[in-house]
Amino acid sequence: MSTFLGMPSARTGRGPSPSAAPDTLAGVGRPEDPLHWGASFPDAAKAALDNDQLRRNLGKATSTIRTKRARVVDEVPDWEALRDTGSAVKTDVMARLPELLEELERNVTARGGVVHWARDAAEANRIVASLVREKETDEVVKVKSMATQEIGLNEALAEEGIAAVETDLAELIVQLADDMPSHILVPAIHRNRTEIRDIFLERMADAPPDLTDVPRELAMAARAHLRRKFLSAKVAISGANFAVADTGTLAVVESEGNGRMCLTLPETLITVMGIEKLVPTFDDLEVFLQLLPRSSTGERMNPYTSMWTGVTPGDGPQEFHLVLLDNGRTKVLADEAGRSALNCIRCSACLNVCPVYERVGGHAYGSVYPGPIGAILTPQLTGEQSDLPYASTLCGACYEVCPVKIDIPSILVELRAREVSLTAGSSGDTADRVWSAAMKAASFAMADGARFRRAARVPRLLRAISRNGVIKRLPFPGSLWTRSRDLMEPPKQTFRDWWAGREEQR
Amino acid sequence: MRIALAATCIADAMFPQAPRAVVTLLERLGHEVVFPAGQACCGQMHVNTGYLADAVPVVQNHVRTFAPVTDGEWDAVVVPSGSCTGSIRHQQAMVLERAGLHSEARAAAAVAERTYEFSELLVDVLGVTDVGAWFPHRVTYHPTCHSLRMLGVGDKPERLLRAVEGLELVPLAEAEGCCGFGGTFALKNADTSEAMLQDKVATVVDTGAEVLTAGDWSCLMHINGGLSRGGTGVRPMHLAEILASTRESPTVPSGPGSDSVRTGTEVAR
Repeated sequence: MSTFLGMPSARTGRGPSPSAAPDTLAGVGRPEDPLHWGASFPDAAKAALDNDQLRRNLGKATSTIRTKRARVVDEVPDWEALRDTGSAVKTDVMARLPELLEELERNVTARGGVVHWARDAAEANRIVASLVREKETDEVVKVKSMATQEIGLNEALAEEGIAAVETDLAELIVQLADDMPSHILVPAIHRNRTEIRDIFLERMADAPPDLTDVPRELAMAARAHLRRKFLSAKVAISGANFAVADTGTLAVVESEGNGRMCLTLPETLITVMGIEKLVPTFDDLEVFLQLLPRSSTGERMNPYTSMWTGVTPGDGPQEFHLVLLDNGRTKVLADEAGRSALNCIRCSACLNVCPVYERVGGHAYGSVYPGPIGAILTPQLTGEQSDLPYASTLCGACYEVCPVKIDIPSILVELRAREVSLTAGSSGDTADRVWSAAMKAASFAMADGARFRRAARVPRLLRAISRNGVIKRLPFPGSLWTRSRDLMEPPKQTFRDWWAGREEQR
Repeated sequence: MRIALAATCIADAMFPQAPRAVVTLLERLGHEVVFPAGQACCGQMHVNTGYLADAVPVVQNHVRTFAPVTDGEWDAVVVPSGSCTGSIRHQQAMVLERAGLHSEARAAAAVAERTYEFSELLVDVLGVTDVGAWFPHRVTYHPTCHSLRMLGVGDKPERLLRAVEGLELVPLAEAEGCCGFGGTFALKNADTSEAMLQDKVATVVDTGAEVLTAGDWSCLMHINGGLSRGGTGVRPMHLAEILASTRESPTVPSGPGSDSVRTGTEVAR
């Protein structure tokens, strides 16, 4: 699903801009592993923070969508009850996932679909590539899908000589610029309209040469470009927002209508879906179709909701394949503390309210799943060491807006504990050893009142280097604080020493 | 009431003016305040940085120290910090449970049930919003993340501030946005933390307030770090320091050093 947020404008304004050099258009490139790429989070964040244009684009877009969401959520009297229900349904799905998946398979098969099971990205890509090859075509159209971003399907198909054309406007922008999505819902949120105009002019062969950066013109250019693709494609590839176990129905929720084109025009439809996307019954959609649009695009209802059940003779694709993707999900399911991350319906509300995401953007997370949900989902899917669990102040804004009530801050803390035990097992680098030693020392000092009474007097020594009550410079690691913040000088007397003195006087 | 004070490790060592103000105010309201000497820290820093094993003895010490509240020795425990109260309420039992200390985890939950953040104690437990304070200054209030979202203190601090005679409360833009402290986040992700801090400092300065207040000295320490570096002249004060101020023994926001802030407590002595 994608939405129009009111594109931020660049300072250059409208009209062709010869100053836009091609290298400013180039994206971050397509990584080997879509779940783990780029620099460390702190380093990538620093680079992003230095990019003023990016910060303006992100600030404008996230605040627009935050405001929209708040307005349409506040008008629903039973919003909290809906969240409770959404959470309960998803928790039930995870508890019964094996049986529900088999029920889905039975019902999809009974209605003429074919179900494939993929353990990992490579297996899913092999299945899709062989299905496309059977159709003897070298171009497929795609509906926006996080699952296919996660497995790097477009690159895998390209290696087989098959061109996958993204038809969601923002995904198209990302694809044309050889870029990665930086937001779950708004993949090109890091681009403003002038950049998009320049990308179209340079990378979209049939773009009108006099294209301006007026949003409507940009959309019309993409529309004309894509219309030709829809009408010629024999195969479409989609993801799914929901799959209904008891009917075998798949659902895609979108804003632009490109999804509807892909889901109805080609002869063959291949859907790649994470195994967690299930709901037990058709009635459950009632809950999620209220929660999802309001949480994601800030709309009461999204413009296009497409549902299909197997194959219907004479209507729509006559061949339907469903690829059920694991790719680390059963590992997440096995983890009691972290499994509720699978309840995520990819609305991206947590990204839009996250003060960290708002400032650094999606690419800093080095995963197709950025933001708070990405910080708990990515390390669990990969099982690798990660600095993402630390990419949060634990402010709790994500938990507050999550439509299925995933307690992201608590899972972040759990994953931090896992990181600590992973680094303790290995030799660890210097920083890890320093942190570990400091925490051990602090634990000793803070586990006893008498010991803490002495420890609490230590900061007083810093008074020797304070000027006018303020400390401006500290040696490392205190320099990480004082490089941009002052520290008030510590008091002459701790609270407990003052209290003890007062008690004596009584 | 007999109220046990959990001063918090950071205020005890660095910002004693806040727990001292809590003592002043509660005694003025006719309550008895007790400071159990065995206390040290709630364990939040260890837990939130992922050092759960190292947190265990810290949490055990806190629970042991404040366990008498469950036997009626004291009526309540008060904490002048939203995030420490949040850790006591939402993390301590989990830490002990994970360490296999089931009965201690139950004890932690029982202590947590009788533990209140400062504004909660005043409004919910003691039932007061007008504490008879006088503070003739222009003040803006930053609702700290854990007070707001972990505890849900809502507008209790603002109700307390609005009842203060002479105080002009000016609204803070983007008030609910995090200041970027996040404990060790400020060091591990220093650049991002600074970007958040700069935005918070700008909104505070825009209010034209003389004093920035909050219910948590850790967040105040962070925001003040930026306010002071920027030479803004805005003074940080804990909510309790404002509420402790009266005509007879006023708290004067002067600074920047903590010892140069005269508290009502000192005048009262």
